[in-house]
Amino acid sequence: MAKAKSWLEPHPGGLYVKPADLWIDPSRPVERAAVTHGHADHARSGHGAVFATAETLAIMALRYGVDAAASHNQAFEYGDGFERGGVRFSFHPAGHVLGSAQILMEYRGERIVITGDYKRRPDPTCAPFEVVPCDIFITEATFGLPVFRHPPTEDEIAKLIGAVRAEPDRAVLVGAYALGKAQRVIAELRAAGWDAPIYIHGALEKMCQLYAVHGVDLGDLRFVGEADKAEMAGQIVLAPPSALNDRWSRRLPDPVTAMASGWMRVRQRARQRMVELPLVISDHADWDELTTTIAEVNPKESWITHGSEEGLLRWCELHQRKARALHLVGRDLEEEA
Amino acid sequence: MKRFAALIDRLIYTRSRNTKLALIVDYLRHTADPDRGWAIAALTESLDFPAVKAGTVRALLATRVDEELFRLSRHFVGDTAETAALLWPESNPVRGEERLSPAKARLEPPAAALRDAPSTSSGAPQDKRISISVAEAVDALSAATRSDAPAIVASLLDRLDADGRYALLKLALGGMRVGVSARLAKQAFAQAFEVPVDDVEELWHAIPPPYAPLFAWGEGRAERPDLADVAFFRPFMLAHPLEGESVDLADYAAEWKWDGIRVQIVRGGSETRIYSRGGEEIGGAFPELVAAFDQDAVIDGELLVRGEVQGGPESQGGAASFNALQQRLGRKNVSKKMLADYPAFVRVYDLLAVDGNDLRNLPWTERRRQLEAFVLRLADSHFDLSQVIDAKDFDDLAERRAGARDAAIEGVMLKRRDAPYVAGRRAGLWYKWKRDPLTADCVMMYAQRGNGRRASFYSDYTFGCWSDAGELLPVGKAYSGFTDEELKWLDKFVRDNTLNRFGPVREVEKSLVLEVAFDSIHASKRHKSGLAMRFPRIARIRRDKPAEEADRIATLQAMVT
Repeated sequence: MAKAKSWLEPHPGGLYVKPADLWIDPSRPVERAAVTHGHADHARSGHGAVFATAETLAIMALRYGVDAAASHNQAFEYGDGFERGGVRFSFHPAGHVLGSAQILMEYRGERIVITGDYKRRPDPTCAPFEVVPCDIFITEATFGLPVFRHPPTEDEIAKLIGAVRAEPDRAVLVGAYALGKAQRVIAELRAAGWDAPIYIHGALEKMCQLYAVHGVDLGDLRFVGEADKAEMAGQIVLAPPSALNDRWSRRLPDPVTAMASGWMRVRQRARQRMVELPLVISDHADWDELTTTIAEVNPKESWITHGSEEGLLRWCELHQRKARALHLVGRDLEEEA
Repeated sequence: MKRFAALIDRLIYTRSRNTKLALIVDYLRHTADPDRGWAIAALTESLDFPAVKAGTVRALLATRVDEELFRLSRHFVGDTAETAALLWPESNPVRGEERLSPAKARLEPPAAALRDAPSTSSGAPQDKRISISVAEAVDALSAATRSDAPAIVASLLDRLDADGRYALLKLALGGMRVGVSARLAKQAFAQAFEVPVDDVEELWHAIPPPYAPLFAWGEGRAERPDLADVAFFRPFMLAHPLEGESVDLADYAAEWKWDGIRVQIVRGGSETRIYSRGGEEIGGAFPELVAAFDQDAVIDGELLVRGEVQGGPESQGGAASFNALQQRLGRKNVSKKMLADYPAFVRVYDLLAVDGNDLRNLPWTERRRQLEAFVLRLADSHFDLSQVIDAKDFDDLAERRAGARDAAIEGVMLKRRDAPYVAGRRAGLWYKWKRDPLTADCVMMYAQRGNGRRASFYSDYTFGCWSDAGELLPVGKAYSGFTDEELKWLDKFVRDNTLNRFGPVREVEKSLVLEVAFDSIHASKRHKSGLAMRFPRIARIRRDKPAEEADRIATLQAMVT
């Protein structure tokens, strides 16, 4: 069996797969990149060739003008993959956002899985995470502290709907990351029976359309820019977090500021962002999901990337599991968690 | 506990005072005794459980959670109670019951748990865990000793969810920080039960938590509680500003308005209490005054520190600036050095009760006569009489008031001679006639967003003046004084002239001159300019004035008192 360290090199700017001369989620432009998902801290523009799921390529095309149809870029279904330099690459659902994938690499009898970002709880907008057995499990650790235990999503959605109904003269403005979180909140609201139009900030338009094209039904969406102030009273409005307390929000009827993020679990974090209605809805695994997943995958070794590496490392130590922290740069944990 | 936890959470995230008020009103109306009483006491930081401290909770956590994971988590969250609430391992109710030691079993007759339940109408899924009421938690925490406190807290935590655990730990450790003052709580009570807030103010401090007789009276189930022999608070009589009018000194007596804090000192039963304007008890910070006030009486006066900034040299009853007094406020432990460096005294304005007689219905002249006699019974080291200004007529008074600038006195009080002492501001009875504010032309340096309705506006401004070296140094911060129209203009100015962003703060082009009004200015080590303004507000936006022509630090230094 090959030794992982001889063929997979962790660098601050990403993971380099030596025999294939290929980077995974590199933070700067490279000749060949395999990309786990479309968030900006994993998918960047300017690569020579991109290997990703069809949905991720579509997202990169939308965001960075990557030419998804170009022959040097390759799109894959879940379960499919390619071979290069003796390394077999394949894509498996990560349950994070539309198109998000774990990448399995097999080389001379050794299996390594890199999760990218992932979560375990159900999400109506993307395929659920699959446990892929491996020797080395490279996991994210955004919420790698035991204080992070996300409550059931339906409770948080019920809280949101309750808040809208409690104040029929006000709009509830939900800050949600433009890729993934926004569409998931909308889909969860639909699943909970919220049939009313949902108003969105212009910055969410194209991504919502992309989701719809990929079969995620988001119902009746309307643009805040085209709506009357009065008609948005008693309604739900979605915007990127940066728009929450900005001038843009003055066009809404006395908005209640909400925010959908795993960070909302910590009260001071919510207060700092001047959030009145924190919604603990995350696209990242919480502490229990992270630790359960390591136990289920049961790798020989776990490598821990971006987030609270120390916490998860400590858990591995306490559970007699071999683990190390990789220090990758350029991961933006604040915005999309 | 569920309702209490939900209330705390709403209060944490609510910035509007009116919304906070409405939330508490709703809670008081729809929660039973004694839970609501304990809850309101906890919100206003009126509870103390000596056996339960942050150390107790940390030690307890160490028995359930890996110490290193706790340390990392505490570092991230920044608050022990919240960290512990989130980290506490969830246990199902059955296991939780088993873990109860016999001493704690009495806490929770299962039926009592329902007491907390009827009001959960929010549609949130009902927790299967057996809940505990606020009262049960308070009883358990009060009964705790140093040795069994950890076991008691553990058994309580085992029966709560994360929000409930947070509420419990904040209840136990204090430091709630939800922006609920005693004043707000009293207003909520008055509003909830439609009773006069003045009555609530009086009764509040006379009745200990959980205030059962107060609620009984509020709901019309009982008579107003009898307050004989209790050191209770009497709502202050307040003044309207005198604007452009003049009064006849035959009808009004004039006194200096000192720049300290207004206090009421009450001795009732065998206890002496010092209340601030809002009815907060502040005697703990001024033990020498509590000890010195040994007469059965209630006085109204100004709390000051001896010095020579206000009203002449120390030997002639002079007082230090408000800054000096601030050194003494809010302290739990008062060192000998503090007592020596900042000796406090009270300048007495009024006498509300003496030897068991309530004087509040008597006219000012009669109260004043009795006060002049009464003051002699107090130690002159800590109490003196506020002098009536001997002015011939209103013009003479105006002249003296203008001269008071040097004495750093805030202005003049005018009190109707035939008026009783009544709560609040009543038209025509008392006036405060503040001297004209000082002003300076300053340059806007930084701006920050406001709260609540102003959350999308840059409405808090830091401004500075020029040093001799030609550098702009901050001299103060103001967030009032402008109209809504002016605010819109200022907000746009900030956005169009941003140089840098530091989180919520923007640094702006140093080009806009603001005329800032302030009551006084003091030396301060906290600011690089060495100055601190009292009550600064924006008087005018001076778009006409070039920034180079704004005032110099040296000019402001000359105004220091």
